[in-house]
Amino acid sequence: MQRKKECVAMLLAGGQGSRLYALTNNIAKPAVSFGGKYRIIDFPLSNCINSGIDTVGVLTQYEPLVLNEYIGNGQPWDLDRSFGGVHILSPYQAKKKSSWFEGTANAIYQNMAFMKKYNPDYVLILSGDHIYKMDYAAMLKAHKATGADCTIAAIEVPMKEASRFGILNTNEDGSIYQFEEKPKQPKSNLASMGIYIFTASKLFKYLTEDDENPASSKDFGKDVLPAMLNAGEKMFSYRFEGYWKDVGTISSLWEANMDLLGEEPNFDVNDPDWKIHSRNPLAPPEYIGEKAVTGNSLISLGCEVEGTVINSVLSSNVVVEEGAEVIDSVLMAGTVVKKGAKVIYSIVDENTVIEEGAVVGEDKEKNAGIAVLGRNITIGAGAKVAAGQILDKDYKGE
Amino acid sequence: MANSAVGVIFSNVHDENIPELSRHRTMASIPYGGRYRLIDFSLSNMVNAGITTVGVVTKYNYQSLLDHLGSGKDWDLARKDGGIILLPPYSDETDAPYTNRLEALKGITGFLTHRNEDYVVISDCDGIARIDYAAILAYHEEKNADITMVYHEEEGPVDSGYFMTLTPDEEGRITGLKINPKLKAKAKSNVYINIMVIKREFLINIIQDAMTRGLSSFGKDILSKNVDTLKIYGFRYEGYYAGIDSLQKYYQHSMELLQKDVRDALFGARDIYTKVRDSAPSKYMDGAKVSNSLISDGCVIEGTVENCILFRGVKVGKGSVVKNSIVMQDTVIGSGAQLDCVITDKNVVVRDRRHLAGCAELPYFIAKGRML
Repeated sequence: MQRKKECVAMLLAGGQGSRLYALTNNIAKPAVSFGGKYRIIDFPLSNCINSGIDTVGVLTQYEPLVLNEYIGNGQPWDLDRSFGGVHILSPYQAKKKSSWFEGTANAIYQNMAFMKKYNPDYVLILSGDHIYKMDYAAMLKAHKATGADCTIAAIEVPMKEASRFGILNTNEDGSIYQFEEKPKQPKSNLASMGIYIFTASKLFKYLTEDDENPASSKDFGKDVLPAMLNAGEKMFSYRFEGYWKDVGTISSLWEANMDLLGEEPNFDVNDPDWKIHSRNPLAPPEYIGEKAVTGNSLISLGCEVEGTVINSVLSSNVVVEEGAEVIDSVLMAGTVVKKGAKVIYSIVDENTVIEEGAVVGEDKEKNAGIAVLGRNITIGAGAKVAAGQILDKDYKGE
Repeated sequence: MANSAVGVIFSNVHDENIPELSRHRTMASIPYGGRYRLIDFSLSNMVNAGITTVGVVTKYNYQSLLDHLGSGKDWDLARKDGGIILLPPYSDETDAPYTNRLEALKGITGFLTHRNEDYVVISDCDGIARIDYAAILAYHEEKNADITMVYHEEEGPVDSGYFMTLTPDEEGRITGLKINPKLKAKAKSNVYINIMVIKREFLINIIQDAMTRGLSSFGKDILSKNVDTLKIYGFRYEGYYAGIDSLQKYYQHSMELLQKDVRDALFGARDIYTKVRDSAPSKYMDGAKVSNSLISDGCVIEGTVENCILFRGVKVGKGSVVKNSIVMQDTVIGSGAQLDCVITDKNVVVRDRRHLAGCAELPYFIAKGRML
């Protein structure tokens, strides 16, 4: 008997994340740091292993270096397997043709051989842009129970935001009768989460047809799902009720980080029943100094805090010197905030140095926007970075 | 050059020095510094010197050690050839498990014989230091020594139940070796810190010879007796060293980690490895007051923490004040409690409004899993 996997996951991680500006200059969006010690891709990968799915293809295209290194052999997620495990799938040169991934559907189509190797009954399609905890096994169970050809995970969003999403119009039993991609006048507020389970044979059939269709833009939401619906395939929605956040913009990334804070956080990463696995930093416990003031914050291993940290999320090895203040901010690994410097309502990427007395950002209450500093840059002593400003180069001030 | 050495770590030595913490575990697996176990230091030193095969000699109580080491992957020692090799006592119906170091070494001659590295680095795990073992190996080769012993200058008497002092000549050759000498207050002495380099084949010969002659003490019968005939050299280690030979020393040295120079010496290079647990970053709530403390991941702090070391997953409730204490993994301190100079082992529960206090000379120790 041929060895097989019941369900194979395909994780779309090629997104450029252009709305994250300086944060995705050199790395793919799924590799962006989140919540102190995580990267965005830790969430779908942890969901997979926690759901019993141990075969994951990660489709990369844009700036894959950091992501490839981070995923490595998949060991931090227990995805180093002799049969299955996590595999990076990048565009490749084939005998007949070679091309970049042209759209989400095309990316999966080009890796049909990878999926077929495991002879799966089902294929789970995921994206690497969201922060959430979800049991895919429960979704698969629902997919089998309804006998669907395709099941789409869906969440209710506020009606006024519905036109930003792919909207599912469903019957009472959850079956989908209409799929509208970013409708101007949405009929419902049930949004697709970009998480699909396909019965494998149907997926392969429709991907092949889609590839042969010159009019198609090779996208799941725009092409493949409508084609299946038009052909009368059984498509069901799967209601998800829980925390789910697209972190594709500066403000949503900031908000999602803040959602980890508080006594009853909107999203709890410290959940023993659903661990989020990650590649752990090699660092000693954080040191909180004699004069330090800390309130409502997450602080990671290897940090040295002598100053003030309020309502903030600090990744590993961040230094906050005496008299420095970090308020309402997200500081990624290795950031240094020198004496007397202030970082307010900002996101600062890895290994950036804010010299003495510099001020980055402005009070959140002023509603002037989040300041963003890219990685490996230096903000000169006494320099002032205005609210909402985005910098990806050294800055000495005016 | 370093990959021409194999490591051997003794995990059970001197357990009796610190019975509170070694009751359910080996010396090697005593928690230290918030997220480490004692063995992490010698193991990381070996790995950082390019040693890829380490035999860990164990005798009893080694469940926690097995759990900690796992496959060795966290030290990059999950290898096809070598890696971490656990060496539990080997005995048949005619032998009992070993009772001294020579017998322990005899028990691992199979391991030593089957390796092909030139040298063996032997280390105990009751000393905390970040030492460049590659430099010791280079020194050993340069001196063409039979044995190189690493020492550290200490002042005053040594508390340990069993120790050696070395007298090197100008060239570094050891001309005098004393076991448990009486040391005067403030007198400086070169105390052997239980790290040794020796040629592998030479070690095997010594062991076999000692067995046929019925010798029992490596220190007395081999080193001390042959100090004139063997080429024993001393390697002077001048960096930070913390010998853990009592609960009091454990407490005192742990607290030294709150000094920046000590932290920098041990962790500055970020190359001390340990088992990872995938805990979330620690959470500092509104109202938490933390000062001069080391905090590991997965903690939730709502109270006051001053001059403390908190291990992974510790919870400090509202209104609690924890001072000068070492709080081990997953200990839960309720609200309104007060702790001063306390060491809690793992999984201790301190209920609301309890007051517990010891003093620096005699910290109040709470055993694993206790509920107070």
